Amino acid sequence: MKLPDLAELAVRNLRESFLRNSLTTIGIAVGVASLVAMLSLGIGLQQLASRRLMKSGLFDTVLVTSRRDLRNFGGDDERNAPAPAQSRILDEPTRQQLEQLPNVLEAYPDIRFITELRYEEKPHLTMVAALPASAQSTDAFEGVQGHFFSSDTAPEVIIQKAFAEELLGKTPKSGIDETNVAKLAASLLGKELTMRYAQREAAPGTPSTAARGAVPAANNDSVAGAAYSVVSREQKLKIVGVADLDPESLRGPARARVFLPLKLAEDLHVMQPADLRALSSAAGDRPAYSSLSVRVKNPGRVQTVEDAIKKMGFNTFSILDASRSIQQFFKVLDVFLGIFGSLALAVASIGIVNTLVMAILERRREIGIMKAIGASDGDIKKLFFAEAGAMGILGGVLGVILGWAIGQVINLGTNIYLKRQSFPPEHFWSVSWWLVAFAILFSFGVSLVSGLYPAARAARLDPVQALRYE
Amino acid sequence: MAPPITSSGNNAPALKAPSIDTVAIRAEQLCRHYRMGENVIRAVDGVTLTVRAGEFVALLGSSGSGKSSVLNLIAGLDRPTSGSVIVQQRDLAQLSREELAGYRLHTVGMVFQSFNLIASMTLAENVELPMRFAEVDRGKRDSLAREALARVGLQARVNHRPSELSGGEQQRAGLARALINRPQLLLADEPTGNLDSHTGTEIMNMVREFNQQLGMTVVMVTHERALAEHYAQRLIFLADGKLVRDESNPAVISNAATDRAGAIGGQS
Repeated sequence: MKLPDLAELAVRNLRESFLRNSLTTIGIAVGVASLVAMLSLGIGLQQLASRRLMKSGLFDTVLVTSRRDLRNFGGDDERNAPAPAQSRILDEPTRQQLEQLPNVLEAYPDIRFITELRYEEKPHLTMVAALPASAQSTDAFEGVQGHFFSSDTAPEVIIQKAFAEELLGKTPKSGIDETNVAKLAASLLGKELTMRYAQREAAPGTPSTAARGAVPAANNDSVAGAAYSVVSREQKLKIVGVADLDPESLRGPARARVFLPLKLAEDLHVMQPADLRALSSAAGDRPAYSSLSVRVKNPGRVQTVEDAIKKMGFNTFSILDASRSIQQFFKVLDVFLGIFGSLALAVASIGIVNTLVMAILERRREIGIMKAIGASDGDIKKLFFAEAGAMGILGGVLGVILGWAIGQVINLGTNIYLKRQSFPPEHFWSVSWWLVAFAILFSFGVSLVSGLYPAARAARLDPVQALRYE
Repeated sequence: MAPPITSSGNNAPALKAPSIDTVAIRAEQLCRHYRMGENVIRAVDGVTLTVRAGEFVALLGSSGSGKSSVLNLIAGLDRPTSGSVIVQQRDLAQLSREELAGYRLHTVGMVFQSFNLIASMTLAENVELPMRFAEVDRGKRDSLAREALARVGLQARVNHRPSELSGGEQQRAGLARALINRPQLLLADEPTGNLDSHTGTEIMNMVREFNQQLGMTVVMVTHERALAEHYAQRLIFLADGKLVRDESNPAVISNAATDRAGAIGGQS
């Protein structure tokens, strides 16, 4: 029998027992919807996590330190490396050299120091860190009140919510973080902070590199006999933003609560711990960075860039391995969600077997007639396969629509909840075209497999016995 | 009288001119035994018979005599326990299931006592069904089915379902379906069993026309001796699965010869 005839007869037969076949098809649709819903959730969560982690700037960043430094992230990699004393230092020429490496977007010094900031004549001691302009695109500043730095040299500052609370003398109740950032920002935006810091100044005979706008404080101190002196300075800074999220939450105890534009921080020549170490080293005659952050164009190139930097004689660290673990976790999660989703489809497939076996009993005489007028075993088998396949495709299409609708409802509901909790909306539900195609084909395949037994049983029917059946 | 179904416009092989000397069916020591627990039921037990091409044969016998079992074996619906049924030089016992299906599709047309039309299909669809299995072009099928139904007087009923028709109309549709693929054998199992005498006569007249005008070999199972004597050229009596008597029916043979001569004269 030709395929169009087969399809036509299958659809006709399905219409004959409309209620039973509709219920079976709905069963398949629910199974497919469950599969689609589970997999969409898994994929959506994976995409959300990837998006968040990528936007955090952690997965495309390589942290570079000198092997002279006490910190060593590399473990085995560094055991065969040159002795720390012979290792290169991280200075400006090195930074420029790193920026020239293939696949590197930028390399910037990791400037951070603990200093005193005065607000309304009250001193507050905190960690200050410099941020490059590219940090604006990371999600840590997504919910910032105010705006990002107007330029890379602007005397502006973004403060973290906890520090804003400290400036305003508000102490959040432990464990309950209900302070409204907008209210904090309203009191602080545009206000001025005075930062007192230790400036590293070139020794007499060396060209001055004092920062613009910085004025010497009254009680100048200096470290005599070194290649440079340390001078106490003050810098007025305007609060332009209050960040809700903690941009450096992954840095642990060394995380900063106040952020400056990178170029401004460089120009201030703030004395850093690395400078003190440099005093006791052979490289004490020129400024060195404690560490450099190298941003890579694509997270997939991080390993290549890391290898290139290691060849240059530096220590590197990235959390690419952590990223791999996360991807692996989501793959396992997808498999488990897929298995759970498939369970409903497995139950639905039993429904198909049941429906078709019932159809054989009901249509026993009809099968006998068909055989008597010339239908072959193959024709009968194909007819039952076509009926199973038609239910599978129809159930698959309905299931995808149902699964998509369930996803939309859950997404909407969750975003309403997130909005009430003052969180930005998220899209953690993803029904991709390949999932749609996979779900329909899977449903079709499962239905055909379910039709195997009934089709074989129908084809084996003895026509003489079948014709006697009433 | 309904016009005969002719061999035009179908993919099935055209009927050859009737030749009464050609053997259409030959059964040799045909046996069909069934096992019921420890008992063996000999439904057909050593039947040997020959049916010539174009012959109209009636199988007679009481209930359980084995006449329907012999018909099923000739139809290729059942396989003999032993012996052979040879139709068109092919031993049906040696054919595969697929080959038997092809034989039923192209060589045999069957008419049943209970009509056996598919209830969910219209008459046109029922008649079209064997053509679907024979993979006749969709474009030709509908017109052929309508033409066949018109020839059995059902042109106004093509879109009706079997449940909307009388028994006689259903049997006429069954006849149209049996003949749609141009078979060489028409096998009828108690074709008038569920019909009143008037309707039964109508149906039998049609069967006789197809036999005489198309030269189609007819094997009819019946328990009505009068009906058999009125239409069949040969009467074969069965009892307990055995052939007990095989006799010619001279009155019908001479009528058939006259009719056939008339038909040939008319064609020339």
